[in-house]
Amino acid sequence: MIYNAQVNVMLRPAILDVQGKTVENSLHSHGHANVGHVRIGKHVTFEIEAASMEEAEAIAREVSRDVLSNPVMENFDVTVSEAAVEEAR
Amino acid sequence: MKIGVVVFPGSNCDHDAYYALRHEIGVETVFLFHKEHDLRDVDAIVLPGGFSYGDYLRCGAIARFSPIMREVVRFSQSGGPVIGICNGFQILCEAGLLPGALLRNRGLRFISKHIHIRVINNRTIFTGELAAGEVLRIPIAHGEGNYYADPEVLHELNAEGRIVFQYCDAAGNVTDGANPNGSQFNIAGIVNGKGNVLGMMPHPERACSPLLGSTDGLGIFRSIVRSLEIVAA
Repeated sequence: MIYNAQVNVMLRPAILDVQGKTVENSLHSHGHANVGHVRIGKHVTFEIEAASMEEAEAIAREVSRDVLSNPVMENFDVTVSEAAVEEAR
Repeated sequence: MKIGVVVFPGSNCDHDAYYALRHEIGVETVFLFHKEHDLRDVDAIVLPGGFSYGDYLRCGAIARFSPIMREVVRFSQSGGPVIGICNGFQILCEAGLLPGALLRNRGLRFISKHIHIRVINNRTIFTGELAAGEVLRIPIAHGEGNYYADPEVLHELNAEGRIVFQYCDAAGNVTDGANPNGSQFNIAGIVNGKGNVLGMMPHPERACSPLLGSTDGLGIFRSIVRSLEIVAA
């Protein structure tokens, strides 16, 4: 069975996101004063071949924890879904 | 005595490190290719600066998984001296050989210029030939050199004398104004608990010849060589 994984990796809230802050400042200077708390992260997608949803989720979490994120500075969240048949081919 | 300089795809200070060690210090130096499993009996290892694997994912994140790094980890665990410079420092943090991480510079820009660092701890194998409080003028060249660690880790580094270099002004004052990248505690270099692994953002290999505008980096490599001589004696 093929599963699709989507992972978001974001800087931990305690860490100043200088990139997000710079984009936020530029949004303000473009007249969007009502936009705030801009944070920029990474979105990673991949496919997993696994026997069950539970196994696929476990693999996705392991990959996210060990490789895709650095726990010193980042958090991640994982979403796993069954791939449609055409997509799985 | 033999020193190994690791070459990752994207390393760009490997030849500078080789030149400084081989020609300015005069010690036998070999390149260790990232795909190798053999450390070729080196006595110390340099992880040089650059952009290993294009800085993909995070600086140093991919280099950690290269075959040679497995050997470097083993070498360091058995007490072998390892110095990571710039990208090498980032790799050491990603590999878990040093605590913390290097974030984007607080000013967002890549900074390439000579700065000053103060020798905080000269009782390490990397600084034994330097004086405590000595000020070195050495270049930095990085976009992600903003040292970050949790408060408990910072406290531990400080309490155990593991902060080896701090950014300072020309007179040696450790001030926020002299902090080029926003590093906590002005940290420019730290060692691990055993004291045999050093990571530093400034480039001592680029400060080993009068032609390059500074020879202040020589003391660091001399210290490593001296400590190896003492071990061999």
